[in-house]
Amino acid sequence: MWQLLQIELFKIFRKSRTYISFGAIAAMVIIVQMALKFDGRSYIEFILGSLKETLDIPYATILNGYFVCFIILNLLLIHIPLLIALVAGDEVAGEANMGTLRLLVSKPVSRTELMLAKFFATVVYTALLLAWMAFLSLVLSILLFGTNDLIVARSNAIEIINRNDVMWRYLAAFAYATIALTTVAALAFLLSVFAENSIGPIVSTISIVIVFTILSEMQIPLYDRTVKPYLFTSHMLGWKGFFYLKTDADGISMPGTVENLPAVLKSMGILLIYIVAFAGSALVVFKKKDILS
Amino acid sequence: MKKICCLLALLLLALFEQSAAQDAEALVKKVKSRLDKVNDYTATGEMKTNVSFMKVPAAQVKVYFKKPDKIKIKNEKGISLVPKGTVSISLNHLLGGQYQVLDGGADKVEGLTVRVVKLLPLDESNEVVLSKLYIDEARLLILKAKTTTRENGTNELEMEYGKYADQALPDKIVFTFNTLEYKLPKGVTFDYDDGSQKKKQTGTADDQRGKIEITFSSYIINKGVPDEVFK
Amino acid sequence: MDVINVSHLSKQFGDIDAVTDLSFSVQEADVYGFLGQNGAGKSTTIRMLLTLITPTAGQIEIFGRNLHTHRKEILRQVGAVIERPDLYKYLSAYENLSLFAKMSGVRVQRKQLMEQLEMVGLAERAGSRVKTYSQGMKQRLGIAIALIHNPQLVILDEPVNGLDPQGIADMRNLILHLSRHLKKTVLVSSHLLNEMEQIATRMLIIDKGKKITEGSIQELFDPAKTMVEVAVENAAAAAALIKNTPWAGHLQQTDDHQLVFSLHSDQLAQLNQDLTGMGIALTAFRPVNSLEKYFLSLTGTNQHVAAFAN
Repeated sequence: MWQLLQIELFKIFRKSRTYISFGAIAAMVIIVQMALKFDGRSYIEFILGSLKETLDIPYATILNGYFVCFIILNLLLIHIPLLIALVAGDEVAGEANMGTLRLLVSKPVSRTELMLAKFFATVVYTALLLAWMAFLSLVLSILLFGTNDLIVARSNAIEIINRNDVMWRYLAAFAYATIALTTVAALAFLLSVFAENSIGPIVSTISIVIVFTILSEMQIPLYDRTVKPYLFTSHMLGWKGFFYLKTDADGISMPGTVENLPAVLKSMGILLIYIVAFAGSALVVFKKKDILS
Repeated sequence: MKKICCLLALLLLALFEQSAAQDAEALVKKVKSRLDKVNDYTATGEMKTNVSFMKVPAAQVKVYFKKPDKIKIKNEKGISLVPKGTVSISLNHLLGGQYQVLDGGADKVEGLTVRVVKLLPLDESNEVVLSKLYIDEARLLILKAKTTTRENGTNELEMEYGKYADQALPDKIVFTFNTLEYKLPKGVTFDYDDGSQKKKQTGTADDQRGKIEITFSSYIINKGVPDEVFK
Repeated sequence: MDVINVSHLSKQFGDIDAVTDLSFSVQEADVYGFLGQNGAGKSTTIRMLLTLITPTAGQIEIFGRNLHTHRKEILRQVGAVIERPDLYKYLSAYENLSLFAKMSGVRVQRKQLMEQLEMVGLAERAGSRVKTYSQGMKQRLGIAIALIHNPQLVILDEPVNGLDPQGIADMRNLILHLSRHLKKTVLVSSHLLNEMEQIATRMLIIDKGKKITEGSIQELFDPAKTMVEVAVENAAAAAALIKNTPWAGHLQQTDDHQLVFSLHSDQLAQLNQDLTGMGIALTAFRPVNSLEKYFLSLTGTNQHVAAFAN
């Protein structure tokens, strides 16, 4: 199994399209960092504009590495699913398209082992992509902008988090984001089993993510009550929950806390269930599939 | 006879009022002269911010003051969002300038009887429209100040004194001020919805008021504060 | 010993019966020819042997063991080239070979991999990406991959498709080498009958998913037996004349100007003499490839001899 995993990782990282993902992330992150370096104040004014009249806003200290990293995550975690689907959707469909699937399945490895190896290779790719993004968006931002307290702008509240209380939250957030994106990978992986060309699974995955995201965020009571709690996209933003703090009776933030950790963990659990469901279904379907390509 | 009695009563009242007003003025002068002994200070304290739309941890801050009315709250190790009317926490600012002093009678603050004094700035362009001071006559300390401003509504400042009472510097201040509703521009980002039932009651009286509470641990008085600090 | 034993194998795709009740066996060291027209069910059958497709019914035993329950251990001893050998185009020949060798369960050193590539004439291009290879080179690499783990059974599905004459000859020699010198069992599907005639020891002919016939070349037809095409001016009249003669039993088919007979090569001269004696004007007398005609006679659309139709 370990050898199969190595083989699958070897195949993934020998394809040039894999590096497109890493390059795309680097480009996007650096573009955002450069924009904020030149005119971060405008962005902060835009975010906190409604408070300008009543509060003194220390723009220089707000624009620090932690804040820049948060902005990047907000912007990019919508686009990253496409880069994940590019590889995950190609895992089985790409082999069918290339004609190599029949050779793989006729080897003395079980279909279960083969699929598990492929799936775990996709998970490793996802984790590495997130690690790359974490490095660029957090480490590089800290180098460029320094550190200070983090301001998190929610839709109707502002959180200020002490600088000493930020790093562990980012580590937790990146771990959570890895699980969230693995859910997308698992979906693309499942769709890949049904196709003999990777375009179909990639486009289908992105379409599903977009439609579900719209349903999750539209705030229409009918959808809020019925479908929203069950959509995996509703839980993909759970990483932000690590940046919402509990308050005491006086409304003062309590460092080291998470406003609703059970909810975040529940969302994480739901995503894990989706991962198992998608990957498990892929395995079940593939085991019965006639390889005609 | 009745008329004479009435006239006498009115006269006595007027004299009393004038006397009271003169008392109030004298009281304000005494309080001001105590405050004037402090040319500058650097205070270290812990600031707690309680605003409906802000979740902020307690922060270590420095408060800088320099006569006549320069005041700055700074979080040197982090970020604090400080209300724009903070100049109102400077009593020197309230007691500077020209104003008419009116006696507001007596009131109680934390169970203690205090003298209420109203200050009406004579300068019509002054940001402050009216100040109401609650003064502990015995200690010549202002325990509470309500300030009505043109732009920022009414602020309230409460003070507790302890170690630095001799310098008329509070150990603790609670500053209550008006806020506008905060709203993130639409489409900037999506929040994580944890499914809990909390619904912000926007538009209630509490939501429009914020409070900062600073508990001072030390003051460095009359040792000089550079002007750059206030920029 | 039977290396492959297939009994009552069937496969349905929806309403389509791709393979119906197929039974055959392949013996050790056979070069087993698997013949059929396009769409006859050859590839489907081979894919079932390699567990790419699940049979609807039937049983497959390889090396005396049930394929379904002993899949891994069986496939360790099987090497296959399935249709055209599609490989990872973005990897080199060496990388492809190494990857599939590992998947076949063998530990191979670089030296062995290079020797394998040398054997198929690709050592000099070992580091080149497969996308730069010609069809023949890919075919050879496919063979190298099929043989890297020294399997006892080699399955080749249409191995000469797309090859030039030299490539075809090389493939033929390779198959003979595998069988005669290395004592491997080879199952070859093809529709190049000339090639099959030269290398197969036994064969199976299927049509529309059903077995038509199976056996050794000698059992199926005597190579001395031949088919002869006799061109005449009026085939119907000629057939009527032949109807009551012993030659009627040798008549396979007729069309407007041709009679086709199946007979021993010793009888050719007599046939010629007797037809001429009956007054049938012969315009041509052509012995033809026996396997091709045999194959077509078994798998062609049913053509009744016109003269005997009621």
